Order: sequence, then structure tokens, then C-alpha cells
Amino acid sequence: MSKLKAYHVALLALPLTLTACEFAPKTTEQNGIAGTGMNRVYVTDANIPADVPAPPYELPPPGGPLASEVYENVQVLGDISADEFNYLMAAITEWVAPEQGCNYCHNPANMASDEIYTKGVARSMIQMTQDVNQNWSSHVAQTGVTCWTCHRGNNIPENVWTLPEELTSNSINGNRRGQNEPMELTGNTSLPNVAIARYLLNGDDPAEIRVASSTSHPSGNTTTTMETEATFSLMIHMSNSLGVNCTYCHNTQAFAEWNRSTPARATAWHGIRMVRNINSEYITPLTSVFPDNRLGPAGDPYKTNCTTCHQGQNLPMGGVRMVADYPALQSVLAPATTDSVAAGSEMTDTN
Amino acid sequence: MALLSFERKYRVRGGTLIGGDMFDFWVGPFYVGLFGIVTAMFATLGTMLIFYAASQGPTWNPWLISIAPPDLSYGLGFAPLAEGGFWQVITVCALISFVSWALREVEICRKLGMGYHVPFAFGMAIFAYFTLVVIRPVLMGGWHFGFPYGIFSHLDWVSNTGYQYLHFHYNPAHMLAVSFFFTTTLALALHGALVLSATNPAAGEEVKTPEYEDTFFRDLIGYSVGTLGIHRVGLLLALNAGFWSAVCIVISGPLWTKGWPEWWTWWLNLPIWS
Repeated sequence: MSKLKAYHVALLALPLTLTACEFAPKTTEQNGIAGTGMNRVYVTDANIPADVPAPPYELPPPGGPLASEVYENVQVLGDISADEFNYLMAAITEWVAPEQGCNYCHNPANMASDEIYTKGVARSMIQMTQDVNQNWSSHVAQTGVTCWTCHRGNNIPENVWTLPEELTSNSINGNRRGQNEPMELTGNTSLPNVAIARYLLNGDDPAEIRVASSTSHPSGNTTTTMETEATFSLMIHMSNSLGVNCTYCHNTQAFAEWNRSTPARATAWHGIRMVRNINSEYITPLTSVFPDNRLGPAGDPYKTNCTTCHQGQNLPMGGVRMVADYPALQSVLAPATTDSVAAGSEMTDTN
Repeated sequence: MALLSFERKYRVRGGTLIGGDMFDFWVGPFYVGLFGIVTAMFATLGTMLIFYAASQGPTWNPWLISIAPPDLSYGLGFAPLAEGGFWQVITVCALISFVSWALREVEICRKLGMGYHVPFAFGMAIFAYFTLVVIRPVLMGGWHFGFPYGIFSHLDWVSNTGYQYLHFHYNPAHMLAVSFFFTTTLALALHGALVLSATNPAAGEEVKTPEYEDTFFRDLIGYSVGTLGIHRVGLLLALNAGFWSAVCIVISGPLWTKGWPEWWTWWLNLPIWS
């Protein structure tokens, strides 16, 4: 019997190693001045956006009786024509509840009734969509968003998050303290799992994202190493959501410097604030509306992050301007019933 | 310059690879040879080009001078001198002079009748450089992916290139390379300390023989690789450091485009626990 030689092990290990590689054709992009190494490389096929559904039928011409005149209890879309209202309802059904149809939100015996909770949620989400399209062009530009941007034919968007279950035990046995569990959200690193809650949830008092010192000596910077992990976790989440790397926004020579960053970083800066606004102004207030099976283990509703819309692409759905076919979603039509805040806040150098 | 005791053996005719006796002579203590001349020519030309390219740049600050590779739009073609052409010509000069120097080492090995360990080791360093500026750029479709020639700028390039894969320390070949680099320095430190201890005994004591050195390490870790063996270990560690450095960068891009942490999902997905 021959002895096991080192090259036998190597021959066995080589194909195993190669199975973990990507052999498909790649696309490369230059993202900065030559020599800086700010580039992007991705598997070409991985960046093909999914098809966007066509409108249910041709957009009805303007005019005719208003929705509020024809139907009862139309609180948000009352100022569009009844024809356009029906057109939009048909589209939303395809986007959010293609299997259940109208009855997912409406009582078929009384379409005006608010008795099914999903109708109230949908109303709030329409206001949110209008707010995003009207007031957050700093992030969504003229591309805008529709219900499809997040929902993609699902009742609940596929990429959402909730807070983790409260720790009930002080034991260290099996308690990972919210980290060291590789998952999509943290790019399969050991980083904190729900660090995004620090930045994407608390509308009034979000944590500082910047942890690096802004002076040559770290005087006055009391940030701990553990806190920097939360920032890194958020950044990894953004990278994974958009299918990009750190140098898509930052020149890593000086992460914090705006004048060395790419324009995409400013878009992302506004995006963080947009998501924070969506979660705190539109989704958290619905907590009491949702039934228990629509809440996470900590009793909070499913919330948005970057992946909810982006789903691995730096431009969601490849940048298709889907909202062009749905003028009612492009801006806030009627006075909002909730306190939706127009928060196109000035960009400062603090984060 | 005085002849060293071993130079009588070193200064022998022959052993050249090409050209016969044509360049088989010495200048002072230095063997010349055809490859010595080629090295001198291309090292000089490359250095002069670096200075000329620097003169066309914005600064003479030695830390900030940078000669950058071309834009990605030039692909694998020639670029104008000021837009990456300098980088291309300097790269060619560097590779020719490095390889010539290695071949000059081969000729010296042949004169001495010894193995080719030294040129092989230098060849590994050249291979790592060749991987960085030729193999990987060719695989990725543009000279753009070479690194810039500048003190600060090449560090920035390393940083940005590493962050393209989110966390380069998760790159398995990088892990190996770093481990080998550190182990090389550790082995050198241990070896140097041992030799100095043995040859610099306390006042009144005799210089210690290798038996003492072996005994020390047999006491400490239960094994001594020996006086010859430590040099083979050192070579093995150093060669692996250079080799895995080349591997870790050539797989980043051509064989893996995502974050390196994500690569390890094959481990998480093993059927043992998934």
C-alpha cells in the first residue's frame, strides 16, 4: 500500500478550493483617478435587473369625475380621476397582492370600509411613496419609487428586518450578544447583527455614524472599538445591498473626506436619512395596526433598510423610471393625515 | 579592494548562459556578465524615466510623486506617455532588469558550482511583482489594474484594492501569505538570537558549538532543526510568503468579485452542520 503523499492531498484539495471561485465573465469599472485603485469588478450576469411589470392598461387620460366624488372614504387619492384611481388600484394589486387580489385589503361587500388592517397600511404606504418621490429626490432622483420597488409581487417585501428578541438570560452560554452569527445583513462577518437599528430606526436621535477622528490626534474622540463595529456593520450592509464595494463611495485613503469621495456617497448619505424617515414616520407608527403575525419577536413591524429596494443593485431594478406611468404616486396629492415630514435636510459634514 | 578568501574560487572563468567569454569579467569586486550589463542598462533607463515622468507631474515631494497606470479605457493597449505610457515602459524596464539580475545570479551559481537557491528565491519576488503588474491586469482586461509607482500612492492603491473586497483579511491566500511573512521574521529573529548567543558568550566562557544551540531548542520546544536545516526552513517560509502574496492578489478580481468574508460561506454550508 502506497503512502499518502502531500500531492495526493493537494490533488484532492484543489478542486474543492476551485469550487468556491467565480469563473463567470466579469465586468470592470473605473471609479476614480487612475492609480488610486478605485475600481469595481462584478460577475456580469449577476447585475442583470429583473423585469419590471408593465402597467395594467394604458393610463387613462386626465379628466372625468374625481375619485373622491365617485367613491367613499378616499382619503389620500381623492384628487385624481376615478379612472386613474382604478388604474392605480389594479397596478397595486399586481405589485402587492397578485394572488389574493382586491380582497387582500378590501371587504368585497363594502370596498370603502377600513375594517381590514391592510387597507390602512396600504394608505400609509401610498403616502410614504408620494413623500419619497416628492421630497427625497436627493436620493431617488427622478427615478422615484413605486410599491413594486420594495414589494416585487409579495405581500411583505422580501428584504426586511426587525429587532431581535430581548435577552431574558444573563448566561453567557449560547448567548452571542447579537454578533458572531454570519448572515446576509452583515456580509457574513462577525459584526453586530442589527447595528443598522442604531442608524436606520431612531428618527430623532440616531447614533453618529462617523467614528474616525476628524483631527490628526484623536483628542476628544471617546468612541470605543466596539462602537466602530456598528458603523462597519452598517457600511457592510450598504455594500451588500447595492452589490458594490467600499470604493464605490469612499477613497479609503481618507474615508471621511467628502472631497475625496465619489458623488455616490452623497446619494447614500441622503438614503440613510430617507430610510430613517421611512421607518420612524411611516412604519413604526403602524405597530398597533399590524396583527401579531406581522410583527417580529420584539413586537416591532418589519422595517426597511437599503436592501429592501436595492436588492443587490446600485440602481434598483436597473434604474427603470417606473413611476413615470403612475403620476398619482409622484407627489403628495392631498394633505397627509399623518405628520409626514418633508425632511430634505441640509447635508452637513458630521456624518 | 582586497581579495576575500573565497574570491579565489568565485573568480573562475565560464558558467555563462549565453555569450561565452564575451562579458565574463569583473569590475573591481563585481562580476559583470551579459546580464549585468542588461540590468545596468534597463535599471538606468527605468530610473531616468521615473525622474522624467516625475518632472511632468505636479510635485517633487518624494513621498507624493506617483506614476500611475493608464485609465481602464486603454484596456490592454498602449497609452500615451503622460497617461500611463510612462508606467508601461517603466514596468517593462523593471521586469527586464529584475529578470536579468536573476540570470546574473544563475551565472554566479554556475561559477561556484552551487545550487540555484538564491536566483530561485529572487525569482519568487519577481513572480509576485509580475503577478501584480502583468498577470492580474491581463486577466482583468486592462493595464489600469497595475499599482502606481509612488511611495504614498502605492499604499493608497493597496488600501482601495483591499476594500474592494470589503475585508481583505478574510482572503484565505492573504491569511497564508501574512502568516508566512510573520513566521519568516519570527524564524529569523529566533535564529539570529541563537547565533548571537552562541557566538557572544559571557566573559571568560568559550564560544558555544552547534551542539549547545541544538540543546537549547530541544529544551525549549523539544526539537532542533539544526544548523543547515534552519536555512532550509527560512527559505521555505520566505518562498511561501512571496508565493501566497501573488496568489492572494491574483484571485481577487479574476476569481472572486464579492467581499472576502462571503467567500467563507462554503464553510458555513458544509453538510456537517448546515
